[in-house]
Amino acid sequence: MLPKKVKKRVSLLAVLLFTSVVGIFLILNALNKNILYFNSPTDIKINQNINFDKKIRVGGMVKKNTLKIKDQEIRFIITDLKNEINVSFKGTIPNLFAEGKGVVAEGKLRDKKFFIADRILAKHDENYMPPELKNIMKENAK
Amino acid sequence: MINFFSNSNIFTWIEKLINFVNSIFFVLLLVALSFALIFSPPDYLQGDSVRIMYVHVPAAWISLASFTCIAVFSILNFIFKIKNLKLITRSIAPIGLMFTCIAIITGSIWGRPTWGTFWAWDARITSMVVMALFYFIFIVIHKFFQEDDKANKISSIVAIIGLINIPIIKYSVDWWSTLHQPASIKITGTSTIHSSMLVPLLLMFFVLILYCALIFLMKYKTEIIRIKSKNLKRYD
Repeated sequence: MLPKKVKKRVSLLAVLLFTSVVGIFLILNALNKNILYFNSPTDIKINQNINFDKKIRVGGMVKKNTLKIKDQEIRFIITDLKNEINVSFKGTIPNLFAEGKGVVAEGKLRDKKFFIADRILAKHDENYMPPELKNIMKENAK
Repeated sequence: MINFFSNSNIFTWIEKLINFVNSIFFVLLLVALSFALIFSPPDYLQGDSVRIMYVHVPAAWISLASFTCIAVFSILNFIFKIKNLKLITRSIAPIGLMFTCIAIITGSIWGRPTWGTFWAWDARITSMVVMALFYFIFIVIHKFFQEDDKANKISSIVAIIGLINIPIIKYSVDWWSTLHQPASIKITGTSTIHSSMLVPLLLMFFVLILYCALIFLMKYKTEIIRIKSKNLKRYD
């Protein structure tokens, strides 16, 4: 069997690893709400004490057929397929921003149903494919 | 057997390995780069900016793999005190840090046109920065402590604690809502990346692994020389 000195080091290591795993787990657990990069519309609906002066991020999918561009203003609806929130935005949008795609809006809530964004980020999904394939898939869907 | 693992013997093996890797590296690099930059199709959404992926993703994988290696070897070294392992961990660290930085920087460049921002403090990116810091501390400890034994002990503990960060990086995109998208390539289940893009990606991964091995071997060589010269001085 292993010599006594080696055994001692193994147990020291096990204790060290165990305590640091537990410690980090507790820290992450306590921070859980803050680690989330954005809130879903459902989170906002459930949340009782929202600070309307504080900047927050709302994320979800741009609902299809809701994107309207009028003068400088862009309006659309963010949905998580359960709840929705109206978003108004003035400024430049990233390339991947489109209807039916993921989006994260940064700004302030005016009320629980209306959000004024001052920055739009596109959240893209994990699908990669060549454009020809996408066209074939579209035609098949028709 | 003991003689086989002596530094002088390893040294000659490293020389041969470096020559071998050198002989195939540039040809493979040209092949992989032409596949990644010319023959692979653009993405249906992102267009040509998807080509950043061929550097970004392999760099991130290698940085995670090197840190895991360092941590596992540190554990073995801490328990069994094998002399070669500490040289190996010390030789992996610089190239691992470099690939971490490459992953972060290319990710930032990629994020600007696609997400609309260079930087976001989301869980994936932040945990990557934490890993870069662990690498940095690991390297700096060896510069600060002159006594090898002390430096090894402290840096092993740093690496072992840093090991906990690895699963956090891997699963950050599944556990929390992040701006970073979830993994496209899954070990179990089907990948969501088309094969015409997957092949160049794997090719680039292989080439960058070779590059990583090359730098590692060269660093290992200098570490052995350093030890030998130290021993020579002792006999003066």
